[in-house]
Amino acid sequence: MTGEAIAFYVLAAITLSAGTVVATSPNLMHSAVALIPALLGITGLYVLLNAEFVAGIQVLIYAGGITVLILFVIMLTEGGTGLHIRQRNEQAAVAAAVAAATAAVLVAVASRTPWAHGAGTLPSYTPGAIGQSFLGPNLPLFEGTSVVLLVALVGALLIARKEIRE
Amino acid sequence: MPWYVELLRAVVGTIIIFSGVAIVAAMLGVLLERKISGWIQSRIGPTHVGPRGVLQTVADTIKLLQKEHIVPRNADAVIFASAVVLVPLAALLDYVVLPFGTTRWGPLIFRDLNIGVLYFAATSSLIVLGILMAGWGSNNKYALLGGLRSAAQMVSYEIPIGLVLITIALLAGSLSTVTIVTMQAHLWFIVTQPVAFLIFLAAATAEVNRAPFDLVEAESELVAGYFSEYTGMRFALFQLGEYAEMFAMAALAVTLFLGGWRGPVLPSVVWFLIKLYALVFVFMWVRWTFPRFRIDQLLNFSWKCLIPLALLNLVATAYVVMVVQR
Repeated sequence: MTGEAIAFYVLAAITLSAGTVVATSPNLMHSAVALIPALLGITGLYVLLNAEFVAGIQVLIYAGGITVLILFVIMLTEGGTGLHIRQRNEQAAVAAAVAAATAAVLVAVASRTPWAHGAGTLPSYTPGAIGQSFLGPNLPLFEGTSVVLLVALVGALLIARKEIRE
Repeated sequence: MPWYVELLRAVVGTIIIFSGVAIVAAMLGVLLERKISGWIQSRIGPTHVGPRGVLQTVADTIKLLQKEHIVPRNADAVIFASAVVLVPLAALLDYVVLPFGTTRWGPLIFRDLNIGVLYFAATSSLIVLGILMAGWGSNNKYALLGGLRSAAQMVSYEIPIGLVLITIALLAGSLSTVTIVTMQAHLWFIVTQPVAFLIFLAAATAEVNRAPFDLVEAESELVAGYFSEYTGMRFALFQLGEYAEMFAMAALAVTLFLGGWRGPVLPSVVWFLIKLYALVFVFMWVRWTFPRFRIDQLLNFSWKCLIPLALLNLVATAYVVMVVQR
């Protein structure tokens, strides 16, 4: 086994085990905190794929931004440290069957598809190319996303303002 | 190079960074802080341990190592214990991309990543997670308030720092810290970007939770903020993380604005340390001179003053680089 393969399996194990905690933990705070190793494991996978820029953004936005937001919101809600939320209901068996079927289909698709290998090598410095593609061929998509974010921002402001007036 | 050699190098590098930071930043930093605060307040500071009190922090560390770990009865034990690891870890990760000097074989740096500045921003943003976890896990109202304040503060002040980093990257044409230093061979960026330097210093002071922006651990209101409940070596690890982050911010300011390791006659590492300690002195001078802000003043200062200023500076720099100089 090469070092790269070992690194992949270690990172995948970290991501999956942390993800299991996120989904099954009865404590909201533990779920949110377990997101951190899960997201950092994915960062490691990006680094293995030589996508360093995406890895940096992943840590900055997801681990450093989104998780902080989630923790912040949980702290402002009711419920103490000892809070336990039920994670299963009577439909657990049905859900498990659906999940298993989906997993089987996904594995079958992934293993039967002949994955195409792109020609040439990766550029050593990707941020420039990513920027060019954002402001070149993908400009409408990029601007569309920023409009969506602006709408969300204005909407949030509107909702927050209403509460003050009452 | 086989992978196990790489792994060994990483382990050795981690040990070197950890011990270097623990001695240079944490121990020496705390001693300097006490001596400088004493000097500013017309006191003498520590004098008893070692010649002129030099060994005081060594004695403090040994004392803290012997203390008992106390976990509050209603604390969330898992989160309480893991927060201690996250804060110093995030601070130590910053040092991977900082160039300390240059040798005949190239610059003295652990990894010259081509996303260096972005990497620094990403790793330093992880500290707030540790602070939030400590604040929640302690199950103490003062710790929780400290954690909440820190989240609001650090998220706000990350934006001006990010904008300044983009401005400098634009000027240097690269995100690599070594290239940024090389680009300052003739002129330091502090000369062309004085506004960015001031924004960075103000935002960095807030980002490392130091006075006048130390609401996270305001002694008169919150006991010690998020680490109120921590004892012994866990307390010391938070201190280590805090001082390591302050030194990392100062080192980044040296790299971005003060020409990094460059300077005449003296060896490059010595120049780097001189500039680093000069900036650390500025941080301490500010801490013992200014009174603490209120939380609303603090957030207004970032959103209404620093961010618009940094944005304007970025646009002006982009105009000069892309239009005037072409």
